[in-house]
Amino acid sequence: MQTRIIVLTAVAAAAVAVAAGCSSSKNSPSSPPASPGAGGATSSPAISGTVTVFAAASLKEAFTTLASQFESDHPGSHVKLSFGASSDLAEQINQGAPADVFASASPKNMQQVISAGGASTSTNFVKNVMEVAVPPSNPAHVTSVTDLAKSSVKVALCQPQVPCGAVAAEVFTNAKITVKPVTLEPDVKSTLSKVELNEVDAGMVYVTDVRAAGSKVTGIVIPDNLNASTEYPIAALTKAPHAVGAQAFVDLVLSPAGEAVLSADGFQKP
Amino acid sequence: MSPRRSYPHRSVRESGQRGVPALIAAPALVAFAFLLLPLAALLVRAPWRGLGRLLSESDVLTALRLSLECATAATIAALVFGVPLAWVLARMRFPGLGLVRALVTLPLVLPPVVGGIALLLALGRNGIVGRHLDEWFGITLPFTTAGVIVAETFVAMPFLIVTVEGALRTADRDIEEAAVTLGASRLTVFRRITLPAIGPSLVAGSILCWARALGEFGATITFAGNLPGTTQTMPLAIYEAFEHDPEAAIALSLVLLLVAVIVLVALRDKWLRGPASL
Repeated sequence: MQTRIIVLTAVAAAAVAVAAGCSSSKNSPSSPPASPGAGGATSSPAISGTVTVFAAASLKEAFTTLASQFESDHPGSHVKLSFGASSDLAEQINQGAPADVFASASPKNMQQVISAGGASTSTNFVKNVMEVAVPPSNPAHVTSVTDLAKSSVKVALCQPQVPCGAVAAEVFTNAKITVKPVTLEPDVKSTLSKVELNEVDAGMVYVTDVRAAGSKVTGIVIPDNLNASTEYPIAALTKAPHAVGAQAFVDLVLSPAGEAVLSADGFQKP
Repeated sequence: MSPRRSYPHRSVRESGQRGVPALIAAPALVAFAFLLLPLAALLVRAPWRGLGRLLSESDVLTALRLSLECATAATIAALVFGVPLAWVLARMRFPGLGLVRALVTLPLVLPPVVGGIALLLALGRNGIVGRHLDEWFGITLPFTTAGVIVAETFVAMPFLIVTVEGALRTADRDIEEAAVTLGASRLTVFRRITLPAIGPSLVAGSILCWARALGEFGATITFAGNLPGTTQTMPLAIYEAFEHDPEAAIALSLVLLLVAVIVLVALRDKWLRGPASL
């Protein structure tokens, strides 16, 4: 009996230690920006600690590049990236997720965050247009966006609440076609995955996603008069645990260096 | 999972419940509150006033009906194929039996989304088996209601198998042997003696399997996709609703909470009354 109590105490102590460890590591990102120097913003200020960036799924490649650039510009800093559907990320931020920066694939989702007091202003930094992605073997012989209206073509779209779903709907309206998808995916990258895996005949994704997928999918260009675009706003969040880092990351994205990375990935100027 | 064992010192156990040491009581209370708090929050924050309107939307009813149908179909599939497998695991002796049992229970511990990807690679249009299903029979499972049933069966069937196997293992085999000596065929013995003997476990396992299938999310959205009316079950509808209408998501969650409570009530004889009852 005696030993049993000792074991239990040890277990309880371990549990408390684990819990304490969790909470302290959670707090750590907010403590480091003690380093002053934010006043002289002309040269890069010393930034350390973790900057958390919530970004639309379509920004994955560009922001991954920019994050490592940020980390080498500011030794001791770490950029934590969370990619997902803009609508999902906006909801998470409004529910109190500890993010520093939000980059949305549509002004609408940024507006949701601004209305809830999560950000004061935002800047549109790029725009993105749509393209039809098909598997390299192109099993349904899709040659234009109007082919997606055929019932024999299996099409994957994003959910209508997600920016890529809304922009795709605009393209279909412009082309005066009705498309019956086989699936409505939660974000643009899962739509692309269904094409890469050859499970669907076509998917509506951004130009940048087709470029990022390389040889795994083939892109079919949508004529300018039918195509639609979405603008991407970015904002440093008002409740950012790391306000200095947040602003520095936004500055990098808006800088000529940031623009170069984004345009190399196929993004256009807003 | 060995409900048939008898406990001769039952009175000792019961008397031991009176004085709970503080060292045990405190964490026990924390655990209890931790499990209950989120569910209480769901009830507190539920949009009770608009509940009728939120739940009567046609999308919700479609998702609910699809969920109930698919979970039931998955349970039937699990009964048809899983019970014989449980019998093999409990009664046959062959080398590698332990490995087979481990593999069968793998989906129990595997993250469902991994199951979904695995199903896609096996049964998808480009999958190692699915390719031939498509070529030879023109059958493609992803993005169909049948695909939902496949995903749910994959995830839920092990629950039935494990429950039934446990019952078969502990069932009294003397009666079966007596029947065999009296000239009954193995199939007759299985049908007339074994099945009735494991009846309660069969019911409990089916309910457990059905509940797991009803709640399936990861494998379904990965393998079967998400389309209202065809593959969008309740959990998928809840996930989608949460992105644009959190109140609707809470209302939908309440429905599944209610189903979970009903399942618990149905299982109370099996679980809530301790191990001595079956």
